[in-house]
Amino acid sequence: MTSSTIVPVRVYAAVYGALMVLLLATCAADFLSLGVFNVVISLTIAVAKALLVILFFMHVRYKEHLLWVYVVAGFFWLAILIGLSLGDVLTRVH
Amino acid sequence: MAERSDYLAHQFVDPIQQEQSSTLGMWVFLATEVLFFGGLFAAYTVYRFQFPEVFQHASHHLSVLLGTINTGVLLTSSLTMALAIHSAQTGHRRQLMAFLIITMVLGIGFMVVKGCEYHKDYVEHLVPGHSFAFDARYMPQAQMFFVLYFLMTGLHAVHVTVGIGVIGVFLILSLKGRFTPEYHTPLEIGGLYWHFVDIVWIFLYPLLYLVGHHR
Amino acid sequence: MITADAPALPTGAPQLPREHFLNVEYGVKSWLLTTDHKRIALMFLVAVTLFFFLGGAAAALFRLELLTPPGDLVSDHTYNKLFSIHGVTMVWFFLIPSIPAVLGNFLVPMMIGARDLAFPRLNLSSFYLFVIGGLFTLVVMFTGGLDTGWTFYTPYSSMFANTYVIAAVTGIFIAGFSSIFTGLNFIVTIHKMRAPGLTWFRLPLFIWAIYATSVILVLATPVLAITLTLVGVERIFHVGIFDPAIGGDPLLFQHLFWFYSHPAVYIMVLPSMGVVSEVITCFSRKRIFGYHFIAFSSLAIAVIGFLVWGHHMFVSGQSIYAGMVFSMLSFAVAIPSAVKVFNWTATLYRGSVSFETPMLYSLGFIGLFTIGGLTGLFLATLGIDVHVHDTYFVIAHFHYIMVGGAVMGYMSGIHFWWPKMTGRMYPDGWGRLAALIIFIGFNLTFFPQFILGYLGMPRRYHSYPPEFQVLNVMSTAGASILAVGYLLPLVYMLWSLRYGRIAGPNPWRAKGLEWETTSPPPTDNFEKIPTVTEGAYAYPERKETAHG
Repeated sequence: MTSSTIVPVRVYAAVYGALMVLLLATCAADFLSLGVFNVVISLTIAVAKALLVILFFMHVRYKEHLLWVYVVAGFFWLAILIGLSLGDVLTRVH
Repeated sequence: MAERSDYLAHQFVDPIQQEQSSTLGMWVFLATEVLFFGGLFAAYTVYRFQFPEVFQHASHHLSVLLGTINTGVLLTSSLTMALAIHSAQTGHRRQLMAFLIITMVLGIGFMVVKGCEYHKDYVEHLVPGHSFAFDARYMPQAQMFFVLYFLMTGLHAVHVTVGIGVIGVFLILSLKGRFTPEYHTPLEIGGLYWHFVDIVWIFLYPLLYLVGHHR
Repeated sequence: MITADAPALPTGAPQLPREHFLNVEYGVKSWLLTTDHKRIALMFLVAVTLFFFLGGAAAALFRLELLTPPGDLVSDHTYNKLFSIHGVTMVWFFLIPSIPAVLGNFLVPMMIGARDLAFPRLNLSSFYLFVIGGLFTLVVMFTGGLDTGWTFYTPYSSMFANTYVIAAVTGIFIAGFSSIFTGLNFIVTIHKMRAPGLTWFRLPLFIWAIYATSVILVLATPVLAITLTLVGVERIFHVGIFDPAIGGDPLLFQHLFWFYSHPAVYIMVLPSMGVVSEVITCFSRKRIFGYHFIAFSSLAIAVIGFLVWGHHMFVSGQSIYAGMVFSMLSFAVAIPSAVKVFNWTATLYRGSVSFETPMLYSLGFIGLFTIGGLTGLFLATLGIDVHVHDTYFVIAHFHYIMVGGAVMGYMSGIHFWWPKMTGRMYPDGWGRLAALIIFIGFNLTFFPQFILGYLGMPRRYHSYPPEFQVLNVMSTAGASILAVGYLLPLVYMLWSLRYGRIAGPNPWRAKGLEWETTSPPPTDNFEKIPTVTEGAYAYPERKETAHG
């Protein structure tokens, strides 16, 4: 809960390793021709990387649940903004 | 209640309340930042859905190599920032300062690479405005991609610069021995900010550099 | 609320405490560099009052122009500048900061039993950001004006307007960060600094309302900031972000703008709802009816309020399907608002109701807000909106919400907590008279505008066909009555600072932690952090009271 939680260095090292693997994966995927899945893959990897950073580097995994609410809120509200705007743009009848 | 330490501000009852308040405050601020960048991400998404091919061609004028290098640099700087806080928690002052310096150097390195990219874009007439030149088939929307590119990376670069400054302040404070295993909340708060800047880049990288596959 | 360490109420005539936050330090510096939330609140009070009267003066001028059908008093261009500056000052420099920055700042720590907000220096910086943003606006106002309306619609604002758009959006951008920091401060304070025993469901409903407001401030304002930045960038560099001539989408601007600006309406009215919950219970001497419903309806309004912005864009080229979704969602947001009105009314039922000044304003709020809300449903209906869009019907609707709702709540709150802020009472007779004048003036100003709009008079024109004159004269007459009504409190409030009766700690015999400390409170609010043992509004049950 408090600052007394000390995350072991090996956890940081493992997370960093995973981040680098994901970075290489996203690069590699970019050289494949997968149509719309190129975007899906690269964004999925981005979300995975962001989650790793948030949970471990930013210590959210070790903190009170209240923080989760505000972590999620920012992204949830962004989804509202993008989702409803796109809802208009994609359904316009020209 | 224990004796009030000199770092405990008058409005708080105890150090735990102070630490939790600061952390929550920073996260609320980061939620704000998500939506601050979010306006640009929304504009990007809307236009990419409207002009997918133009965005693909425009994006191919950016250097994937430099973008990838910069992603690696920022991810590494996040690691060193986390390790800096770890050093503060375990009371290793010299280590703390070393990690802060490495983080700053990585941040500055990121800005240097970014500057090289901007220069390259300028030479190739990719800066929006009168000198902008692009394949006529993809005009005028190609310029839109670069407007968004410069706004998003520019706003991000401003944040990186602020972050470098903040870490510089931490360096001075740790030189004065201001951080102890008991009290290093400012470091944690600043670290959250630095990681957030990293996260923004994690999304900018695929959205700007990896649009459609490269051969 | 009963606390373990409640100070014994003094007997006999109340006296001012020997030392309180107003006299603990003297001098300009002790105010400008203060981190005391109560002093910052009072500085905000002075600042927003200034902007209120500036915005009001602009309104008075264009109401005078509309007295006669031809555009004879001011030119069309000047008229555009008048309504633009009226909108910008009233929305961003009065309504948005009014209750949160003044009453919220003053009351949040006191109501939850804290010594100050979580981040006092951030709070002071909020004030200075507001002042700097306000100075930009004043410069715009006095050097050439702004003619885009408060909405800054593109591509007019970004490509064509010849007025000081950049300076105006810069001012709003800066003031926006003032809002964000205020909201952030409240969220953290309410989460982390409640007194022992003060659980969420023992909190006054004003705190719930301020919390919901803060969530909106924190999550919506940044989108406005970036949107206005985009307008500025497009205006300076001519790069076509929203300009359709070079591939841009002007509707994108409207989406981004209303993502903030619709929830902003709830920033204005939610805190007023909080005030009304406090005032209604106090002057009915009753517990609130349906505490949980009112508390959660605040949060529901904050969330659903983010899903309805497209109802501003029904006729601007938005997809018909999006229009239908936004229309239905807009109906949904009426539910929590109606829940509140129902519960306040039920609270009045069989209460020992008395009609002091704050109560008059709160009762006014309930009626006027109901009219404003119901006409909002008309506008959320796609077919009707096509008919009345951009007419005076819209103007009347949102003034019933913003003036009839938000300003009434603000006046109610200022009158309710004035004795707490200053230690002195204003003359209640004058207060009631002013409340009555404002109520009459308001309705005379804006009710005719519903009819004007329904008959088809469009907004934002400085001249109109002669057949609309009678209703316009009524409206202008109402506006002059309203002006008198707003000037009166300014006079008697200032008078009361020196000559008002000493109020004592709890002149209304109200419940709540803020009434258990002295008036004005000491710098740290409480001699000792109180412990709370019961819920909000613990007024004695009717059976126990003598009068029946």
